[in-house]
Amino acid sequence: MHEMVITESVLKTALEHAGAAGASRITDIHLVVGQLSTFVDDSIQFYWDIISQGTLAEGAQLHFRRVPAELLCLECEAHYTLPGDDLACPECGGTQVRIVAGDELNLEAIDVETDGDTVPASTGAGG
Amino acid sequence: MIQRIPVVEKILSANDRLAEHNRTKLDSAGVFSYNLMASPGAGKTSLIERTIAGLAGRSRVAVIDGDIATSIDADRARAAGAIAVQINTGGECHLDAVMLQSALDTLDLNSVDLLIVENVGNLICPASFKLGTHTSVLIASVPEGDDKPYKYPGMYRGVDALVINKVDLLPYVEFDMEYFRRGVEILNPGLVTFPLSCRTGEGLEAWLEWVAAGRIEEMSAEGSPT
Repeated sequence: MHEMVITESVLKTALEHAGAAGASRITDIHLVVGQLSTFVDDSIQFYWDIISQGTLAEGAQLHFRRVPAELLCLECEAHYTLPGDDLACPECGGTQVRIVAGDELNLEAIDVETDGDTVPASTGAGG
Repeated sequence: MIQRIPVVEKILSANDRLAEHNRTKLDSAGVFSYNLMASPGAGKTSLIERTIAGLAGRSRVAVIDGDIATSIDADRARAAGAIAVQINTGGECHLDAVMLQSALDTLDLNSVDLLIVENVGNLICPASFKLGTHTSVLIASVPEGDDKPYKYPGMYRGVDALVINKVDLLPYVEFDMEYFRRGVEILNPGLVTFPLSCRTGEGLEAWLEWVAAGRIEEMSAEGSPT
């Protein structure tokens, strides 16, 4: 859905952290995407290839780590991960459930080169 | 040498921070605020008109209307007696905290008791972008069909109240209320729900009582910006 906005935010955050670390190049971007998140990997990749051009992050590899949704049954207090589309509790069949995790989209880490001197040290955020 | 730098930041944290800022501004002005979301045509503006009229003399209501284009909705809210500001997103399918911040700057919040933010008609995107309002409300409407909670779980999961509009059409439309409510209950157990009709006025009183009862003190303990 908002993959352009999302991708810009990923780039901006990554460049801030790389800049603070004195990095010369970002080689890898590690993202955590919850099972219930609506963000589309391919679309983020598409925008990434365009907007990262001319920055420290140009050519960096995007890694998506999918994490399952975690639910809590309010009836029998079972904790469980979402097995499919049905959110009901697998233990007691209860439908009084709370979603504890699974809709996140986080930038977990970046891998950077700190001694590379062949890459132009641009810090442009690409808009 | 390659080195890993831990970041652990929410991608939308910039928006979330601005939402906090908006919330603080509303709190300090003593303005309780609602983020009204729904699909196009569910009756957001009609409910706002009814709410303004129903609270006349009790609460001073301001409305911020988000639409891709035109000022039709703000004009309607103004005609109903509210202070209204139109935001034209120019194509964006949702409001975000930046847009709300700009709109808040144009309002004299000291002359307002309640703020209703009418989000862009959309059941997907507004759910992901916090604005800083105190409470989020979703309007479903009977003609949309009873399968919407199942098809748009993200929206139904994140709201604090649900209005089911156009209940006067229930005899004419295939809408299984049991099936609909089961879908809502799975996603948002115990969600406060207001079945009503903006056309006939049926069920509006309970909604108006709930809206008028919104107080910053009640929410501040546990409420995070919506």
